[in-house]
Amino acid sequence: MGSTADILIKIGLILIIFVISLVMAMYSTYAERKVAAFFQDRIGPNRAGPWGILQPLADGGKMFLKEEIIPTNATPFLFIVGPSLAILTACIGSAVIPWGQTMVIGGHSIDLQVTDINVGVLYIFGVVSLGVYGVMIGGWASNNKYSLLGAIRAASQNISYEISMGLSIIALLMLTGTLSMREIAEQQHSWHWNVLRQPLGFILFIVCAFAETNRTPFDLPECETELVGGYHTEYSSMKLGFYLFAEYINMFISSAVMATLYWGGYNYPGMDWVLAHTGPAIGPLIGVGVFFIKIISFIFFFMWVRWTIPRFRYDQLMDLGWKILIPLAIANIVLTGIGSTLLTHFGF
Amino acid sequence: MESLSNKKKVLEVKPLNFMERAYLPAIVSGLATTMKHFFKKPVTISYPEEKREFSENFRGMHSLKRDENGKERCTACGLCALSCPAEAITMTAAERQPGEENLYREEKYAAVYEINMLRCIFCGLCEEACPKEAIYLDGDIVPADYLRKDFIYGKDKLVEAPLNQ
Repeated sequence: MGSTADILIKIGLILIIFVISLVMAMYSTYAERKVAAFFQDRIGPNRAGPWGILQPLADGGKMFLKEEIIPTNATPFLFIVGPSLAILTACIGSAVIPWGQTMVIGGHSIDLQVTDINVGVLYIFGVVSLGVYGVMIGGWASNNKYSLLGAIRAASQNISYEISMGLSIIALLMLTGTLSMREIAEQQHSWHWNVLRQPLGFILFIVCAFAETNRTPFDLPECETELVGGYHTEYSSMKLGFYLFAEYINMFISSAVMATLYWGGYNYPGMDWVLAHTGPAIGPLIGVGVFFIKIISFIFFFMWVRWTIPRFRYDQLMDLGWKILIPLAIANIVLTGIGSTLLTHFGF
Repeated sequence: MESLSNKKKVLEVKPLNFMERAYLPAIVSGLATTMKHFFKKPVTISYPEEKREFSENFRGMHSLKRDENGKERCTACGLCALSCPAEAITMTAAERQPGEENLYREEKYAAVYEINMLRCIFCGLCEEACPKEAIYLDGDIVPADYLRKDFIYGKDKLVEAPLNQ
């Protein structure tokens, strides 16, 4: 087993994950429109290919062929950096997500994870907070009041909700005792999913995830009733496409993070039995399939909520973040501390 | 003042109770409502392939009628053009020549008959004004087109298809 083979496998894995996240984002746009249509008793896109399955390609082609506009008074360099940064930070988040158990093919063991760094959760947080820079730089460089307002909203919203997101994660880390995504996933073997031990923490996390990905009901940065297009008002062509794409990749990544941290990742009840019967080459792939079912369910939930809840007003958003979520997250930490202490000292 | 109809309702604005302020119960019931719609049959009619049924008195594109022998009924009296509030109808009359008796019912007929579909408001007054029962708005929706000139429909588009020879 040479190190060249390892590197090639790693590069292949990175490519596969990159392609999968792009395809997931592409088809999220299609799914979003289809799901929206079903929720509103409509049919949705059905012209491009059977059931409109080629719609994302048509949209992509349209985006590439549209006129590229850089406003005269915009800062050209930053104007281009904005969407690039948005899509870059969206894509690199997937590096620490464990997609499945270690596969063994012909004596080679393949980790279905790009890298298992021991601060995986922190890495995800760092990348997520970088994500807002793309929005901020793009909105600010546009030199447009609506873009600027959208960018400011995005920044303040992300900062406010990152606090409660971090606090809700602290309660989880108190139980897991590790920051490595792989270890957190392994601890939830079979049905021991963290959501059973951290229900409140999960609710806080998912609310914050909605806010971090700028999804309804927290889509104030691109609130079209007030801000035209929000931070991407001045964007056209594929630069706009990158912003929209980044949103969907973010949705995919945060669904994967939620599934890993709280819903057991690639673990499912009865996995040992399945693994023993299918062997170490096929068994982990079933785990990957289960993981993707969880991710897709979360993406569906994102869309379901989008067509259910109206947008928050800005003051309501701040009220919810600072006066409700943060106190709840702190209470959750205290309760988790008391609970785990009682559990270890008295054994019930 | 005393209400005459007794339909007046005084609404009270009550402060929200805890369950309402907690967002989540309301959101869950909202999610249930949207999920119910998810499994409902779509009400969409895929237009060019399927068409919605028109009501009996729907007024669509005009057609110039023929009588039971396949002769054009219109005698170019101009009452339709006169009654038209949008001034969408114009026509040029001509005299029927010997040998054309099987084409036109009356001795005078419309050599040119044009309706500007962009002006027409589909009120049906031409239909009411016609003494010869020659024009009816019993057609389909007027289709879209690219140029304004193509919306001026002549006799080629308006006159009913001839009877089977």
